[in-house]
Amino acid sequence: MPENKSESKQTTVQHMAYEPYTVAMGPQHPATHGVLKLDLELDGETILECKPTVGFLHRGVEKLAENISYAQCLPLTDRLDYIAAMANNVAYSVAVETLLGIEVPLRAKYIRTMVMEMARLTGHLLWLATHALDIGAMTVFLYCFRERENLLDMFEEICGARLTTSYTCIGGVRQDVTGHFLESLHAFTDEFPSRIAEYETLIDKNRIWLQRTQGVGVVSAEDAVSLGLTGPTLRGSGVDYDVRKHMPYDAYPYVEFEVPIGSKGDVYDRYRCRMEEMHQSNSIIRQCIEALPPGPIRAEDAPDLVMPYGPQKVVEADATFSSGIIKLVEDRKRFIKGDVYVAAEVPKGELGFYFVSDGRGVPYRMHIRSPSYIHIGALPFLCKGQMVADVIAIIGSVDVVLGECDR
Amino acid sequence: MEPLEIAQKIRERFPDQVIQVEEHRGQVGVIVKKDRIVEMLRWLHDDPALQLNHLADLCGVDYLAKKDVRFEVVYNLYSIPLRHRIRIRAEVPEDDCRIDSVTSIWMGANWHERECYDLLGITFDGHPDLRRILLPEGWEGHPLRKDYPLDGGGKRWSGYEEVVEKSKRLRQHDFYGMYQDPTKKAGLEDARE
Amino acid sequence: MEILWILVKIIIVFAVVMLHVMYATYFERKVIGHMQVRMGPMRVGPHGILQPIADGLKLFFKEDIIPTVADKKVFYAAPLICLISALSAIAVLPFFEGFAIANINIGILYIFAMSSLASYGVVLAGWSSNSKYSFLGGLRSSAQVISYEIAMGLSLVGVMMMAGSLNLTDIVHAQMNSPFKVYLIPQIIGFFVFVVAMFAETNRTPFDLPEAESELVAGYCTEYSGMRFALFFMAEYIGMIVMSCLAVTCFLGGWSGPFEVPGIPFFWFLLKVYFFIFLYYWVRATLPRYRYDQLMALGWKVLIPLALFNIVLTGTIKSIFG
Repeated sequence: MPENKSESKQTTVQHMAYEPYTVAMGPQHPATHGVLKLDLELDGETILECKPTVGFLHRGVEKLAENISYAQCLPLTDRLDYIAAMANNVAYSVAVETLLGIEVPLRAKYIRTMVMEMARLTGHLLWLATHALDIGAMTVFLYCFRERENLLDMFEEICGARLTTSYTCIGGVRQDVTGHFLESLHAFTDEFPSRIAEYETLIDKNRIWLQRTQGVGVVSAEDAVSLGLTGPTLRGSGVDYDVRKHMPYDAYPYVEFEVPIGSKGDVYDRYRCRMEEMHQSNSIIRQCIEALPPGPIRAEDAPDLVMPYGPQKVVEADATFSSGIIKLVEDRKRFIKGDVYVAAEVPKGELGFYFVSDGRGVPYRMHIRSPSYIHIGALPFLCKGQMVADVIAIIGSVDVVLGECDR
Repeated sequence: MEPLEIAQKIRERFPDQVIQVEEHRGQVGVIVKKDRIVEMLRWLHDDPALQLNHLADLCGVDYLAKKDVRFEVVYNLYSIPLRHRIRIRAEVPEDDCRIDSVTSIWMGANWHERECYDLLGITFDGHPDLRRILLPEGWEGHPLRKDYPLDGGGKRWSGYEEVVEKSKRLRQHDFYGMYQDPTKKAGLEDARE
Repeated sequence: MEILWILVKIIIVFAVVMLHVMYATYFERKVIGHMQVRMGPMRVGPHGILQPIADGLKLFFKEDIIPTVADKKVFYAAPLICLISALSAIAVLPFFEGFAIANINIGILYIFAMSSLASYGVVLAGWSSNSKYSFLGGLRSSAQVISYEIAMGLSLVGVMMMAGSLNLTDIVHAQMNSPFKVYLIPQIIGFFVFVVAMFAETNRTPFDLPEAESELVAGYCTEYSGMRFALFFMAEYIGMIVMSCLAVTCFLGGWSGPFEVPGIPFFWFLLKVYFFIFLYYWVRATLPRYRYDQLMALGWKVLIPLALFNIVLTGTIKSIFG
């Protein structure tokens, strides 16, 4: 037996010498932006393999949606990308309206475009804040939050909530915007380009920032499409795909904007794309404010739940909160069988809703194509051969939110 | 290209595979058999007149008691250069609940298919890493099936019991835990391991 | 009697340095806070002036958590090594004319020795925690400190050549007698290399890789808590103060100034030291973090050749004009 023993000892020593160092990054880690777990296999500081684990935040939104009405699903979408909930609301409403064939009044379209771009700004500001913090530039973090705070205050003004807005409804928006809101938003758009310039002075020409981002996490245009990347993450690789241009919804056909495209597909290009997108969003918001037409804010045939407004309606038996839902469920003539896939451009990428309707007031099947989910799926490809510090930069540059990923 | 034209082209190319073409709100879905799905999608992806290179979405649908064939795997395809779209719906019967994987065409299909397997129990042949993704490994059943109750059927996930056990054991590290917990000794031994 | 006087000196310096460490944290939070459009600590006392005391009390009374798998003896020793070596380096610093605890003739060498010892603390902390993040942090630190130690040592050779001494008091005197009154101007290359290496040596931004919070959680001190963590923290701040003092002594003429401030012999010294400490905070609020390989490349490919060039240049000029 002693021979065997020495042999086994030798093999273990050899095995030890070539064993990669595994590090479990997350689910509690400052830079994984939520409950994302990455199992890293390291050779020194180089990544041999990166295995993401998701699902810690899975709430079964799709299963829940099959049991409640279309209107009741809307608050669930707030909890997808909770950083820019407004954009999810719009995306969901557009999808349901396409399914039901509802034409939204023009004023509501403009308002929705406006709030969607505001949501894009909030999303991109938080992205820039955390991305810069991950790479080590901590001051940008607080600068970004200063502006994001202004936007959240404006959200609060129009719908009473800062994060979980549920502002839109099927066929329009819930509340009209006030003059004060438009004024403060206009003042914000006046100031915002100078704020972006402020962030750029801190990081854009910084040698360390350039060294940390250029040539890191490169993905070619072909691979990016094959991986299913969307949004600024895809456009950083030089693919001109923006749902707002390709499948225009709401007021996007009526506003002018450009889609910034990168070329190299590295972290820096994705960063530049998002920075340019903030300029474009700012300009879209301005155009929406200036071109906001008067008129109704909800389609007349919108089968949404009706909130009781005046006291005379509250005393009526069928005007309560719950009967509104029943009304929706029983309004059968509108709901016909069929399926649609409708996408919208949210800050993270293409948020798609695939609905199957069986003629009832509840979705028979709702599938959410969440960009974050696909982007995390692409992380093993992006991280291979990079260094530990680059993983942080790459996670930041593909911009993921785990609420959206895990659904 | 108009979606109905694409559907016509598919019908011409794979006459025995296409079952039906459905249109709803201007979107066209082609219901096909699952047998030659990879070949069909590769053709759609590579054909220069179609170039459906973006797999926008892949999901499964459970048509329990609604249709003869229970499951459908839905591929929403979009062409970024040519700006047209088509939906391919492959029928998957319950007794042969498997379909070929399209990860060889789109790398991004990997996680879509894992999700579909996890939530609906459709097996994808040729998938490199078919494991549960959103739910934990030990989960029983596939929640998005229509016969799976919303409340989970009163069953608890087996891992939950383990978590509860572990939390009881780790209570020894509480401020007063050493004196209150009768399982103190066992806990200490485990912690050393 | 001599020994008693030294002991009194040690106690005074120790107390003063510890007080400065306490308020260096407060100063940092205030400075960075104002740079980041916020106020910094405001709650404990007027303008949060008592915040460091509250922090100290909190850390002191925190539960001392030691991981079961840690190598206990080393785990206990690591923060002490850091702190003691950082504190020992203060002994040779001349704060004003004739005031240094130990006016030894190898002052610079002694400081280098002590700051190298401090890296042992970091490496051992990373090793003994038996945690993967700590281990990576410890490895990063050892590589970083070794390579930047060389650059730092070489950057000061020019100063030694000009002063002809390793004694810090002598260096200050030599500067006072030099034409520019400070070595900053003739030794500008050396000064640049020294300042960059100084940031790396104390593990501060942009070279804070050993404790890069977004990558390695907290690096080598991930598993430390309470008072043991505070020891690391103090060591870091004392390290900053020592490095600032060294920079002031070697390049900015130590305690000398444009005019004498009556009654406060260390006025100029303190002012210059606080300028450097402010520089630390300023850089922290501005710059992102280097990547590990870039840090190494900068050290070996830029700083060390620059420092060597500086030595050659100084030697040539000295042999021609001196």
